[in-house]
Amino acid sequence: MVDERIVLAHGGGGALTRELVEGIIVPTLGGVPEALPDAAPIPGADELAFTTDSFVVKPLFFRGGDIGSLSVHGTVNDLAVSGAEPLALSMSLILEEGLDIALLRRVLESAAEAAQAAGVRIITGDTKVVAHGEADQLFITTAGVGRRRIQISPRGLREGDRVLINGPIADHGIAVMSERQGIQFETQVRSDSASVWPFVRALIDGGIEIHGMRDPTRGGLAACCAELANDSGVTIQLEESALPIRPEVRGACEMLGLDPLNVANEGKVVAFVPASHAAKALDILKAIAGGERAAIIGRVTARRSVAACLKTRFGGERVVEMPYGEDLPRIC
Amino acid sequence: MRNLDPEPLIERVNRAARDIGRHVRIMEVCGTHTHAIGRGGLRAIMPPNVELVSGPGCPVCVTSQCDVERMLLLAKQPGLVTCTFGDMIRVPGVTSNLERERSEGADVRIVYSPIDALELAKRETDREVVFLAVGFETTSPGVASVVLQAHQQGMDNFSLYVSHKLVLPAMEAVLSGGSRIDAFLTPGHVSVIIGAEAYDPLALKYSVPCVVTGFEPSDVLEGIAMALEYLDEGEIGSFVQYTRAIKPGGNRCAWDTLMRAFDVADGEWRGLGVIPGSALALKPAFSKFDSIERYHLPEVEAVELPGCRCGEVLKGLLHPPECPLFGNRCTPRTPIGPCMVSSEGSCAARYKYG
Amino acid sequence: MCLAVPAQIIEISGSRARVSLAGNVREADLSLLEQATVGDWVLVHAGFALEKLSPEDAEETLNLMMQLQGDGGEEP
Repeated sequence: MVDERIVLAHGGGGALTRELVEGIIVPTLGGVPEALPDAAPIPGADELAFTTDSFVVKPLFFRGGDIGSLSVHGTVNDLAVSGAEPLALSMSLILEEGLDIALLRRVLESAAEAAQAAGVRIITGDTKVVAHGEADQLFITTAGVGRRRIQISPRGLREGDRVLINGPIADHGIAVMSERQGIQFETQVRSDSASVWPFVRALIDGGIEIHGMRDPTRGGLAACCAELANDSGVTIQLEESALPIRPEVRGACEMLGLDPLNVANEGKVVAFVPASHAAKALDILKAIAGGERAAIIGRVTARRSVAACLKTRFGGERVVEMPYGEDLPRIC
Repeated sequence: MRNLDPEPLIERVNRAARDIGRHVRIMEVCGTHTHAIGRGGLRAIMPPNVELVSGPGCPVCVTSQCDVERMLLLAKQPGLVTCTFGDMIRVPGVTSNLERERSEGADVRIVYSPIDALELAKRETDREVVFLAVGFETTSPGVASVVLQAHQQGMDNFSLYVSHKLVLPAMEAVLSGGSRIDAFLTPGHVSVIIGAEAYDPLALKYSVPCVVTGFEPSDVLEGIAMALEYLDEGEIGSFVQYTRAIKPGGNRCAWDTLMRAFDVADGEWRGLGVIPGSALALKPAFSKFDSIERYHLPEVEAVELPGCRCGEVLKGLLHPPECPLFGNRCTPRTPIGPCMVSSEGSCAARYKYG
Repeated sequence: MCLAVPAQIIEISGSRARVSLAGNVREADLSLLEQATVGDWVLVHAGFALEKLSPEDAEETLNLMMQLQGDGGEEP
């Protein structure tokens, strides 16, 4: 069955997204579809990093965040994990006719607050309105500029590197899914939407050698590891017993039949550092507010037949696959 | 509380495997067991003489071609809301699937429960709502309850596409098909409904121990250990590992509810053909909730899938790599038969784990 | 077809109940049970309670489920 139409999974951050981006979008726009970074150096001014992002999350407001704060955090994080200090954002709005202006104001206030807390300014933007039914309430597109602090190769992972994360996984995806029609449930789980720059800056300032970094958003930790491992030609081996997951999140995943590795995060950074730096890097992460549950969750090995795998608590191993792109509740 | 720590259980499995010595084939008939085995990475730690075989345990994947095509016809009906479990969304029809139909404008909604579909129909009274009812005996009593509730509430904009299947006839088909299976891990939650005793006749007829097993990887390890021990001692019958949830006789109330709404009927299983008495059909009293009647859905001829050997794989007669389509025309991204459709079916699992 | 989790009944209204698993609360239908009371643990599948569980049995399942928790990093 050949894909002739866009399906929802194309936006899921998994295998289908990758195929669309590398197979059609990047080559058609004249780029090289390999090892695509989250933020790119600007030609002729490569001390600056540039990124762009769009936000279509529904519902607009969820526990722990909203589309406004999310749009700031997501953009800032793309810059941060590329080793760049976020400086400024643009924010473009596509508004559906009939949108409540009070709601728009709430979104913008949240974005402003998030920008201030993240130490960035929103310096330019655009506003468009489309007819009722042509956009689902509100979409936000951003672009971000940062000043490169360190150089990170998109193919920088090395055998022996340790994998670190700054906190528990799958909070954001569960928080948002809990409000989804047909699936909704009450929960205390809050999105982890936040800037990861404090963590990245602390690692850089602490002299940690960073071979790779990414924020595991859509597609979760699984997509992040599968992609990075493929880009660097290595294998990433995660330790199941080391993965930090809140019990409420584990419970929600079990209830719906979701794999926490495939669920989105919006305040997490995964960093790959040499073994000799790992202990110090972990201490640095733990000392940052919100990093109390930072952990070393795996290591990089020479390339095997799979890009990423998980050592289970039973001493077995399973493949960590690039998710298809749409994680759905199952009965089976 | 029982000790379900991994290390002692692994040691127990190894010890039992050593004691029995010979090569042993243990089949599970529940997609959730296949998933648990994959999730726990258990295949890699099995002793060399213990072979884990996946049977026809995924009710979604064995949905017949005719059923899938009719579900797609429903989805295409303008104005109709098609509610489905997430599992169904990528099951392949001949040229399409529900995901593709949704991308082309069909109103397909993922739900967690048949109750969600019923509530949707109550809310959107100007729309017609159909629920794709798939699943084994774990799921069908809930669907039966929904039918009874819809009937009692006089609903006229709600119907089901019934594609429920029963586990025992499938196990019988496997055993009578000539496959050598030494023991079964039987589905823990199906057994909550039907009771462990339900497997006694089959166990005695074919001299196989059947162990009702839970779904955490530790449960599966204990179930395997028990199966090996019973085999070594020559014990035949239906036994329970999953004592946490199984009551004697199963859940009578749930079974009675099921039988108030459904009759047992012959069922067509993708890859296996028709298995007598293996499916459910709405009782005539509830035919107004049958979408086949309501929307006059035609019979759809099954399309030949040349080369597809799923039937043999599902019965444990063929290993996935022995199928000519495996890994080339049939992959998890482009699945042909149920063994690859299920993310943890025999072929999909082999493809992923090697 | 066997994905079911233990949850505790925190409120009953007719044949429906609110059930909680590790703080996640959802509605479940109790029609398949003879009888149930607030505080009971039940096994929930696709929005239906399939069976009652003793608190000890529910706890055992929850412990196994949470066994897959990360409680610390591996040794660097």
